[in-house]
Amino acid sequence: MQRTHAELRRFITNNFLYGRNCGFRDDESFLEMGIIDSTGLLELINFLEKHYHIKVEDADLIPENLDSIDQLSQFVERKIESHRPTTVASVLETQAI
Amino acid sequence: MCAIAGICDALNAPVSVPLLKEMIGILRHRGPDEWGIHTGVGIGLANARLSIIDVNRGHQPLCNEDGSLWITFNGEIFNYLELRKELISRGHIFSTHSDTEVILHLYEEKGEDCFRDLNGQWGLAIWDARERKLLLSRDRMGVRPVFYTQVGESLIFGSEIKALFTHPQVGRELDLAGLDQIFTFWCTLPPCTIFKNIFELPPGHTLVFARGSLEIHPYWHLNFNRPPEILSDDHYIEQLVALLTDAVRVRLRSDVPVGAYLSGGLDSTVITALTNQFSGKRLRSFSVAFTSEDHDERTYQHEAVRFLHTTHEQMECGYDDIAAAFPDVIWHTEKPLIRTAPTPLYLLSQQVHDAGYKVVLTGEGADEILGGYDIYKEAKIRRFLGALPNSPRRAQLLRRLYPYQSNLQKMPDAYLQRFFRARAEDVKDPLFSHMPRWELTSRLKMFFSDDVKSELAGHDAISELFGQLPLEYFSWDGFAQAQYLETEYLLPGYILSSQGDRVALAHAVEARHPFLDYRLVEFASALPPRLKMKALNEKYILKCAFGHLLPLTILQRPKQPYRSPEGRCFFAGSGEDYVAQALAPERIAADGIFDPWAVSKLIEKFRAGDAVGVKDDMALIGILSTQLVLDQFISHFQRGGSLCNEHMQNCAVS
Repeated sequence: MQRTHAELRRFITNNFLYGRNCGFRDDESFLEMGIIDSTGLLELINFLEKHYHIKVEDADLIPENLDSIDQLSQFVERKIESHRPTTVASVLETQAI
Repeated sequence: MCAIAGICDALNAPVSVPLLKEMIGILRHRGPDEWGIHTGVGIGLANARLSIIDVNRGHQPLCNEDGSLWITFNGEIFNYLELRKELISRGHIFSTHSDTEVILHLYEEKGEDCFRDLNGQWGLAIWDARERKLLLSRDRMGVRPVFYTQVGESLIFGSEIKALFTHPQVGRELDLAGLDQIFTFWCTLPPCTIFKNIFELPPGHTLVFARGSLEIHPYWHLNFNRPPEILSDDHYIEQLVALLTDAVRVRLRSDVPVGAYLSGGLDSTVITALTNQFSGKRLRSFSVAFTSEDHDERTYQHEAVRFLHTTHEQMECGYDDIAAAFPDVIWHTEKPLIRTAPTPLYLLSQQVHDAGYKVVLTGEGADEILGGYDIYKEAKIRRFLGALPNSPRRAQLLRRLYPYQSNLQKMPDAYLQRFFRARAEDVKDPLFSHMPRWELTSRLKMFFSDDVKSELAGHDAISELFGQLPLEYFSWDGFAQAQYLETEYLLPGYILSSQGDRVALAHAVEARHPFLDYRLVEFASALPPRLKMKALNEKYILKCAFGHLLPLTILQRPKQPYRSPEGRCFFAGSGEDYVAQALAPERIAADGIFDPWAVSKLIEKFRAGDAVGVKDDMALIGILSTQLVLDQFISHFQRGGSLCNEHMQNCAVS
């Protein structure tokens, strides 16, 4: 989770703030900050799909999923979780827990 | 069309003829046909002429019968024949058939008030030797430019800033407040320019310099005060037909052939169709075609050419052409740009010049005065949405806004609604229509260096503009307010300047804009908004009035604003050397305006092919053009070359 946070922050900073980290908070809204425009959203989705090997569905495209580092990070974790193949080992692991 | 320059010294110091030659010499692209200089006690006037009316006798500077009044004039007075007749009937004796002389006699008759009688586009200076008074005047809409500065007791003026910079005592320094305005509105707010202590005479104003004191007065202003509706729609349509037809008729007054820009859009097609009604000969038309399909409109251009039987020349423009010409364009615009769009028009005027044409009619101004721009439509939809913010059906209208923007079309509903969100309190903002554009452009300021940011702290371009608004603005409806912001600021500051006068006259081409005839502007400002945009149908009255003169495909086509390929032009192929030099980190750091780290990240994004957003494009072009302004006008300013060449005749000093 922490790693995802850091990766997302790096992507947002490099791509939308051109390397200038203005010290935004993890729960700060990208829309409110005005750092993501219509093309920015497409860039973001492209990054998520390539970097995390996840598929962002149309229904996922709501600000509640994608509008802050916290939201993005939770969204990515959920997506990875739901796409993780079910193996005998993972079932056993779950049961053990 | 011409260039003017001059110096007036309140202490009657003699004005140097070689200096005047240098000042006008650097503007000779505007008037390559002949030049002239007049000097007297404490005054020097210069003119470089593009001969259009009374080619053989209309030399400038020109004086009245007793030599007490002198004029240097850039522009055209379209109603000069009517004014001349009237002045002759009052006993004035003319020695030429030029429009220039009409202004002098009218000034004798009416003094400073004479400018109210002129229908035209001008930047001029009159020296009144009896009163020892210099007047500078500029047309109502700001088609032609006038800049000035004061050094000691002298007023120095010219059609372009570079003429002022040839004066050895005029300093050349960037004005950060002007830069901040460009990175908000795409233009500066007159009298401010991008340079410290260099001022632009606002459109519709007269400057008077007498006995060392300088005063500036408006003689006209744009207003949208609406009289009660007493006419039927048909009457309004009839009036529009009569006014625009006459605006075209008087703009065909010329002793050299007149051509037309034909973009394939509604406005230039209407103008060309009307021109055909007056011209016995086949009209010559010109257009830009783009190799990039997204920007190209050649199909519509061919359609218009076939329908209107013009002899057409098309200038094909690719990515490399834009990158190669861009530094020259900046030399002419004399201010940073946020878009490349002036560049293809710079290349087009070269082609017009090579074809032997000096004058073209254009469709410029229709979108401003008759409500054609997307920004008006966007504001209308956002207002509608603001009344019921959560209506998904209303949000769907937003997709109709920008059919040519594929990214926006792909945008999910929830985001679309958020981007164009209008809260009840936003709708009440008098600047409602333009805030999204200004906020978007202002985001480019994140590239400013820390020093520039701290120097600009407490500085707010939007408040400056707000402070300039006339009181009556606050009584107008939202549509009129949007039109005012567009017509008062972006039109003279960018459309008619960087994208108009400067790039056309770079190659000695004079553009005339029938839609900006002041009679038409006054008529359109008083029209009910429903006739300008009916529901979401833009320029509705224009379509009603002239639809029968146009091919159906052009009448019914979706509106596409004129755009040209942006940032990727500068990274196509091996790229231009000047781009790498201007944007090199050490150069950015030395110039101190932008943050070298942020600029290098932006360039990385372009090189990787990841720069796809409008903000990336605007940032790159804004930064590159600012760096070019610094280089060409501050670090390495080159004074003018030799003035007189073999093509120039009638060169005279009096």
